[in-house]
Amino acid sequence: MWSFILRRLLYNIPVYLGIILLVMALLRVRNPVYAYLGKNADEKQVEQFEKSFGLQDPFIVQYGHFLWNGARLDFGESWKYKGTTVREKLLTSIPPSLSITVPALILTTMISITVGLISAFYRGRWIDRLLVIAAVLGMSISFLVYIIFGQFVGAFLPKQAGWALQPFEISGYKPWYTMASTDIFGVTVPYPSHISPGTWVAFCLLPVLISVIVSMGYDTRFYRAVMVEECNRDYIITAKAKGATKNKIMFVHMLKNAMIPIITRIMTTLPFLITGSILLEIFFGIPGMGRTLITAITDMDYPMIQGFTAVIALLYILSIILTDVLYALVDPRVRLS
Amino acid sequence: MIQNANPQAEPILTVRNLTTRFRTDRGLVTAVDDVSFDIVAGETVGIVGESGCGKTVTSKSIMRLLPEHVTRIDPRSRIMFRGNNLATASEKTMREVRGDQIAMIFQEPMTSLNPVFQIGWQIEEALKYHTNLNRAQRRQRAIEMLRLVEIPNPERRVREYPHQLSGGMRQRVMIAIALCCEPDILIADEPTTALDVTIQAQILNLMEGLKRKLNTAIVLITHNLGVVAQVCDRVLVMYAGRVIESGTVHDIFHRPQHPYTQALLESIPKRGKREHGKRLPTIPGIVPSLHELPPGCRFAERCRYKQEKCVNEEPELLESGDGRSYRCFFPLTQAPVAPTVEGR
Repeated sequence: MWSFILRRLLYNIPVYLGIILLVMALLRVRNPVYAYLGKNADEKQVEQFEKSFGLQDPFIVQYGHFLWNGARLDFGESWKYKGTTVREKLLTSIPPSLSITVPALILTTMISITVGLISAFYRGRWIDRLLVIAAVLGMSISFLVYIIFGQFVGAFLPKQAGWALQPFEISGYKPWYTMASTDIFGVTVPYPSHISPGTWVAFCLLPVLISVIVSMGYDTRFYRAVMVEECNRDYIITAKAKGATKNKIMFVHMLKNAMIPIITRIMTTLPFLITGSILLEIFFGIPGMGRTLITAITDMDYPMIQGFTAVIALLYILSIILTDVLYALVDPRVRLS
Repeated sequence: MIQNANPQAEPILTVRNLTTRFRTDRGLVTAVDDVSFDIVAGETVGIVGESGCGKTVTSKSIMRLLPEHVTRIDPRSRIMFRGNNLATASEKTMREVRGDQIAMIFQEPMTSLNPVFQIGWQIEEALKYHTNLNRAQRRQRAIEMLRLVEIPNPERRVREYPHQLSGGMRQRVMIAIALCCEPDILIADEPTTALDVTIQAQILNLMEGLKRKLNTAIVLITHNLGVVAQVCDRVLVMYAGRVIESGTVHDIFHRPQHPYTQALLESIPKRGKREHGKRLPTIPGIVPSLHELPPGCRFAERCRYKQEKCVNEEPELLESGDGRSYRCFFPLTQAPVAPTVEGR
């Protein structure tokens, strides 16, 4: 298995280099400096700017530089936020994204697999119809409606009316933990020293719930289709003929077989965990990766765009390799060779 | 109603007036219509007929394995087994019966085993539901069962997955699962149809041997009369959801009373008797659709002895004194008959 992972990593090196090449080339179709300084910048300014960021070097040298520095997680300094490195920006914007996407993914997946299973098991009957209608309704309503409704009913109204229970903030983000670090055998290990669940609920729970409601519609329908296919398999009848209970059939026989499509679906969403949900981050004012990247694009902050893209692409490739490894773990017919 | 080959023996399973209906887009369809029979401990009963005649539905009705929301077993049906009427028994009672007292194997060994669990686990699962054996004892029993169904290297094989076994081997595993709790009755739904002819014979011999060893009654569902002749004691011939003839294998094969049985027997290729250049006899026409059953005898359309009465009236299932029955106004030989009379 380790040799498989190593081989897949090696195969993906050219793919990754290609992605970086493409991104850098696209960003240089027009001179990035004019994009940043504006078209009225005088030549002196431009030359100075180009020099300080190495933009006068041949493309191949810039490419090499970027790769060499990138390998050490050094993507240079942001053009927009002077004195701040891209790495710092990455590190500060990942935790807010994760605070929302990880709980949302876990909740969505667990709920929608269970609902999909139940719906498939009772397919054609009233409980299934009800769940399918709820799923279609949930996914048919726009994301924005949920956001506005949630902010109004969940945060604005309670504040306005001065209710005792004011669980959510309308928008914004505060770190809900403080980091400390300790020295273990001379190595500095960071750890969260204080966790405040209240802060997390106030700033993160509402976006999490909205994300769950919206994606549940799609996921439930997908998992239901997967499970309906499983229901009709011959081995389900065999299990029933052995005397298995409905729960054993659903949660042991069907679920383990359904793990392959389930894993595929979860793994393809993994990179988005880090990048976050752009819409939610913008509307709730959460300084996550999605919002930071969008801001960088509108600001023509080239080092930021390059750095963020490089990291996201890497995560994507890693998650695809991880998917293959997980396949082999759940399906004995898949051999990693 | 069939009488037992051995009239003294108490039947362990008594099926009376079993009627199973399906809800379809074109309305209710009666897939199994008023079927009655007995099973005595240790005997093998064959149920034969063309595709769609109700053989499989009969067996799945007994096990209550049909999808509940589209099927309905008529409340007057009685499936008496150990004092319970399985036609109306609770799901809990059925779970206790399934796999423990009545077990079942299926037509498609390639897809009947769960591909993501080791075969040992799949045998042990049945033991887990029906015995008090602990984990180690269950593993021991699984290995024992694999040895019993003549799978080589059972200690190694328990840890293998279905895809590592051939079709014949998988059917042996299915038999091991079915027999691990030593059931009273094994229902085998076309167990050899999907296998090569050589493997078919092996599986049948294995089932024969195990039946003797464990004194399990077998209900063998098949469309292969050769298989019936080889292993069964008694036979039920079904046509369009009804039993049209039943009796001992000897009687059915040597003195069929119903023209359909006779036609079925004629369409078996016979070794030695084959006349070169001549086509094998077939039965003209097709089975009537269950949506549009004729008012008279369901076989009348295709029957070579058809008379006017057959088209207008439906014959009852008649019992003759010697333990056989048939559903025909004009049986081929009037029972009792001298065994020397040529039946066809």
